[in-house]
Amino acid sequence: MMREHQLVIIGAGPAGLAAALEAEKAGIEDIVLLERDEYLGGILQQCIHNGFGLDYFGEELTGPEYAERFIDDVRESSVKIRLKTMVLNISSDKKIIAINEEEGMIFLKAQAIILAMGCRERTREAIKIPGTRPAGILTAGTAQRFINIEGYLPGKEVVILGSGDIGLIMARRMALEGAKVKGVLEIMPYSSGLVRNKVQCLDDFGIPLKLQHTVDYIYGKQRLEAVDLIQVDDNFNRLPETRERIECDTLLLSVGLIPENELSRDMGLKLAPGSGGPLVNELRETEIPGVYACGNVLQVHDLVDYVSEEAEVAARGAANFIRDSLKKREKEIIIEPGSGINFVIPHKISYQDESRKLIRHFLRVDEPRENIKIVIRDEAGSRIASFGREIVTPGEMETVKLPETLISEGTDRLNFSIEAEGVEENGKQ
Amino acid sequence: MKAEYDVIIIGGGVVGTAIARELSRYQLKICLLEKDADVATGTSKANSGIIHAGYNAAKETLKSRLNIESNPQFDRIARDLKVPFQRIGSLVVAFAKEDISRLKKEKQVGLDKGITGLEILNQEELRQKEPEIHPEARAALLAPTAGIISPYLLTIAQAENAVKNGAEIRLKSEAVDIKCKSGAVSAVVTRDGSELNSRVMINAAGLYADEIAALVGENYEITPRKGEYNLFDKEYGDLVNHVIFPMPSEESKGILITPTVEGNLLLGPNSNPVEDKEDLAVTRDGLEEIWEGGRSLYPDLPADGVIASFAGLRASLPGDDFKIEALEEPVGFIDVAGIQSPGLSSAPAIATMVRDILADIAPALPEKLALREADFDPELKKLPSFQDYKERLNKWQDIFLQNPDYGEIICRCEHVTRGEIVAELKKEFTSATLNGIKRRTRAGGGRCQGGFCGPRIAEIIAEKLGISPLEVTKSGPGSEILWARVKDVKPDRDLVYGLGDNK
Repeated sequence: MMREHQLVIIGAGPAGLAAALEAEKAGIEDIVLLERDEYLGGILQQCIHNGFGLDYFGEELTGPEYAERFIDDVRESSVKIRLKTMVLNISSDKKIIAINEEEGMIFLKAQAIILAMGCRERTREAIKIPGTRPAGILTAGTAQRFINIEGYLPGKEVVILGSGDIGLIMARRMALEGAKVKGVLEIMPYSSGLVRNKVQCLDDFGIPLKLQHTVDYIYGKQRLEAVDLIQVDDNFNRLPETRERIECDTLLLSVGLIPENELSRDMGLKLAPGSGGPLVNELRETEIPGVYACGNVLQVHDLVDYVSEEAEVAARGAANFIRDSLKKREKEIIIEPGSGINFVIPHKISYQDESRKLIRHFLRVDEPRENIKIVIRDEAGSRIASFGREIVTPGEMETVKLPETLISEGTDRLNFSIEAEGVEENGKQ
Repeated sequence: MKAEYDVIIIGGGVVGTAIARELSRYQLKICLLEKDADVATGTSKANSGIIHAGYNAAKETLKSRLNIESNPQFDRIARDLKVPFQRIGSLVVAFAKEDISRLKKEKQVGLDKGITGLEILNQEELRQKEPEIHPEARAALLAPTAGIISPYLLTIAQAENAVKNGAEIRLKSEAVDIKCKSGAVSAVVTRDGSELNSRVMINAAGLYADEIAALVGENYEITPRKGEYNLFDKEYGDLVNHVIFPMPSEESKGILITPTVEGNLLLGPNSNPVEDKEDLAVTRDGLEEIWEGGRSLYPDLPADGVIASFAGLRASLPGDDFKIEALEEPVGFIDVAGIQSPGLSSAPAIATMVRDILADIAPALPEKLALREADFDPELKKLPSFQDYKERLNKWQDIFLQNPDYGEIICRCEHVTRGEIVAELKKEFTSATLNGIKRRTRAGGGRCQGGFCGPRIAEIIAEKLGISPLEVTKSGPGSEILWARVKDVKPDRDLVYGLGDNK
């Protein structure tokens, strides 16, 4: 039996929760929220450290606290929640197949869908470390779940590969629980996490960060026994004379996150290079009208605050789609990442909206730079806006708010690039 | 306490379990000893999973005869044991002109051996069957009777079926001594000190067959040869339609590419001698070697599509043939050694050969042993697996209605339900480890490699076995996945306050 709903949201992490609330606020009454885990809040529930909410709530919260603010409101709302419900397939005509232990197979049809499945961690295979395959090698997020949710410590002598935020957070977490954290290795010449995390999680605990280092070999038959560390040069060539064997029983991997887009791909959505999520316009609408994507399934965010905000954009878009109150621009504007920029979200601007003054763009640069400008040019190469930055790094997402008045009528292309400071500017901010 | 058996099989690989199953057709008290926490943990775990057509082994060898004899049996075995098996055919691909004449020779050898369907494909025919193959591939020898199977599922199913028919399997039981009495074997002593009496010992110890044989005074050497593999995401399972071999070299069939029965793509193996029989490490050079081999067949292999790298060890014996024979002394000891490729393809016929040897030597045993047929059920029941119901979800609903555990997905990547995991844990023969569950259900074997479901599977194992999660292992004792309860450890205060050896 196929049940019809106005809006179905896939995933009840920070993106799905914010989207559900915002869609209800926008007047949508029939909202279903599908979550595969047994609780709402997604990854936030295992992120018991603080640092969440500074941007969105103006105060510093832990992950569960941040989630709880949304969960409380969702529970008060008319949103129908289904937990432990795994979506298996979504068709391009918005039919959803899911399964759970209460109803078994579930067949739904939606007027609009918001994809909010989040992301998953890259594994050992993504970086191909030679050696054996013993117990004791796990992703930082899995270790975080073991410690913070299940209440078990996965090991006592730890090496962490990758200085992404989860790696940094877990270095501190394992140290606090009594494990010996022997070091965090980062193959790049700079940390890929937030600066504040490097300071608060490593420096404050005396945990060394070894830049331009990686794991070269894994030892151990049953349980991990040791790893070889090795230094790399600026071209990532391994320097054999720097190889050093470190005894440890646990290797945590924090080597990147991948937007979890298996469902999107099965729907026929193409994934954008750089961001790893579907192509979207400024309302976070994918190439299938009425299907939206937001949060880490679209682009891996550093801050949950931005996830909530992005989810609200998607939810308002979906609400207007359901009400059929969207107005297309005469010409779509394609957004191009130019020199120095890995990707920009949204990928295009499709709609007209007199009420909005600014369009917020998220972007990541390809390498750290100082005293630069993020410059936006139109198809003729004329600069229409420029935003100065003292420092940019790939580890910190940049956002710029582009005043819509700066976009002239016939524009169909905007190019974002990094340019050196000192060139004359006519933009704002 | 001493246990009494008619036959003891040492080694729970594909050969040992095939023999156990074959002998369980008869009124014999059988015990199989396996040193690890599961069957199929040695050579049978990490190999190409191919059932060869059998044309490419030299004519007079045991290898050739047993492979050819076994190949047609696999449809029946797979059906009875509910093991996935697909006769997708194999292609040996020629790039150089002179290789084409070699292919023709190979084909003639095969035809002489009675292998059916062999055919030389020209470039166009090859391209039709394998559109993504290297553009310079000129021709290929098609062997339609070759197939793919899951080597560890076959081994596990043979073990289950043997147990169902009365055989006993003792896991974590390493044979460390064999006792003889007046020129005949009498007992095996295991690592934990148990003594098991038996008039017949079958040495199917794979890499360790030489060490077992040495216990009765035999002197030969098994040398491990490592083969490394890459397993690709299911997304790329369609890239290749057959088992694709390069032209074979003197010592090996070369680095091949094949779909797996699970729908992944498998690349490998290389072949390098190693010293240590437990050396399952993948090496940088080895991975590069198989990658090069793969690219030479399929230039578009996706580098970022690899979800697992692993290595297996071949148990090679000088002389390059299987060694399957009973010793004159001690009476009752049968070697089944040197079973490298095509060992998997030959396992069924190896088992019947061992039965015949047993029948031969039976009259000479200290107490007579007769092979009297027993009630034998060749089949296993297929347990529900959600993977099989993707096209008929309404039928899955019926299964769910009988047990709601079949509605809870535990492994997100492979879509494995709690019901499937619990059912495996309830079986008479199982291995309640993360690897044991992964092999049996695929839970944890997908693209995230257990990142999400690992903690939950550990919890299910702990709950069903009534043990602490701290006791749950990846692959048996020593591979515990957790160390302590949080808050049970006294933190190293120097370290916490930044005064440790790091500063």
